[in-house]
Amino acid sequence: MDSKSCVRIMKEWDIVAARQMGREIAKNLGFGTVDQARITTAISELARNIYLYAEEGRIYFEAVESLELKGIRVTAEDTGPGIKDLSLVMEDGYSTSGGLGAGLPGVRRLMDEFDIESEVGKGTKIVTVKWVR
Amino acid sequence: MRIPILKLHNYLLISIQTELDDQTAIQFQEDLLKEIHQTEATGVVIDLTSVEVIDSFIAKVLGDVVLMSDLMGAKVVLTGIQPAVAMTLIELGIHMQNVPTALDLEQGLLKLHQELGE
Repeated sequence: MDSKSCVRIMKEWDIVAARQMGREIAKNLGFGTVDQARITTAISELARNIYLYAEEGRIYFEAVESLELKGIRVTAEDTGPGIKDLSLVMEDGYSTSGGLGAGLPGVRRLMDEFDIESEVGKGTKIVTVKWVR
Repeated sequence: MRIPILKLHNYLLISIQTELDDQTAIQFQEDLLKEIHQTEATGVVIDLTSVEVIDSFIAKVLGDVVLMSDLMGAKVVLTGIQPAVAMTLIELGIHMQNVPTALDLEQGLLKLHQELGE
């Protein structure tokens, strides 16, 4: 874990800033164009969730290495209302925003690893990893 | 940031060349509908060759603009969706069914031609 970059998500434009930074880091780590698109799209969804539901949070990027693999870890952290029922938001098609956002199941499919922690009234933390193939 | 809309006979041509943020996308939706109204265009091609990322929001805006234009009486074709974008959209769970598409601008114009019988 040597490089770490962070984008604060407070306004709409920060969503674009986060995905641009993520794409740049993914490109430098050696991801191909399809994986770059997957990572960038996942970042966009995570950032939009923060903007829509939590109003304020941050997304940070780390280069990760394990044995023979290297990859990118994308973490989305907010101090929003938190999620009451985690299993419900991980169901395909569940939405509280009337169809905006493909939701977290989509993000999980785009990335290789996906972890979510949430506490009502405190916030949500989502950690995702994509490995270079 | 405004996306330019070009008129060609009865058609409107749009090539999206910039990174689409939410505001630009919504502005574009509004601009296109106004332009259809003013020019009485019957067909629209939106070329996405240069677009590297379509997330769920942008997909919704694009899908909506197709339906809205349809309501007004103009057919829209989306063209040039990149392989990486197509893969990402399906994996994300966005299927954009009922949205007319074509491989490139040329095929898109051909499709409009056939559908509108002009």
